[in-house]
Amino acid sequence: MSTATIAGTAVELNDEGFFVDPTQWTRDIAIELAAADGIVSLTDQHWQVIDFMRKEYFEKGTGPTVRVLGKTSGVSVKDLYQLFPKGPAKMAARIAGIPKPKGCI
Amino acid sequence: MSDNGKITKVSIIVSKGSLEGIYPALIMANGARAEGMEANLFFTFFGLDAIHQKRIDHIKVATVGNPGMHIPTLIGGLPGMSGIATHMMSKKMDGLDIPPIHEFIEMIADTGCGMYACKASVDMFGMTKSDFVEQVQDIITVGDFYDLAAGGQIIFT
Repeated sequence: MSTATIAGTAVELNDEGFFVDPTQWTRDIAIELAAADGIVSLTDQHWQVIDFMRKEYFEKGTGPTVRVLGKTSGVSVKDLYQLFPKGPAKMAARIAGIPKPKGCI
Repeated sequence: MSDNGKITKVSIIVSKGSLEGIYPALIMANGARAEGMEANLFFTFFGLDAIHQKRIDHIKVATVGNPGMHIPTLIGGLPGMSGIATHMMSKKMDGLDIPPIHEFIEMIADTGCGMYACKASVDMFGMTKSDFVEQVQDIITVGDFYDLAAGGQIIFT
């Protein structure tokens, strides 16, 4: 675990770079994390996924799998991989400031 | 492998046509893509059933010669046993959010995983590309497969 300063805010990250406390997350942090991961600007579709992931996390205690994202976020699996090329569940979860989703699917 | 020792590419061979023979490979391929790895699936021998239009929706659990079922072989061989076991397992998997094979194949193709059929097996079974679901990109030789798999890990299931 380490403390990092992102977009002017001090946040706790685990060894893989996932948020330990999702309440420390801000939208400015997401923009900066995305840029560091190669996403130059977050589109409306990116935000749709990020907001959905955070909502699911706070409701269910874990982030959604790619299958759930594809079925219920309003963004198809194909588009998810285009939006988050380094693996949607993982990359989007990091940007959305929630722990890595636990599902296998 | 990448500089940090992480796996960045996998090519997974599916050689079996039973439910328990196919799912692990699909879960691994899907998981690899979700982690941002490059992934390919190569279907050979009875594994071709997993991409065969007429068989993809009728994949069954092997109840004979499968000690993991924990039922006597004679009982496992009774008519309908395989269907019952498949039904029970499919229900369980649905509860765990694991999709049926057909839907899983479509989803994995959408993740950008490559899907190929083995030429030797396709010829042996007298099949053609039109026998397969549309997600199958090509029928390739073993040499083509090794070219595709270059620089990554190969997993045989």
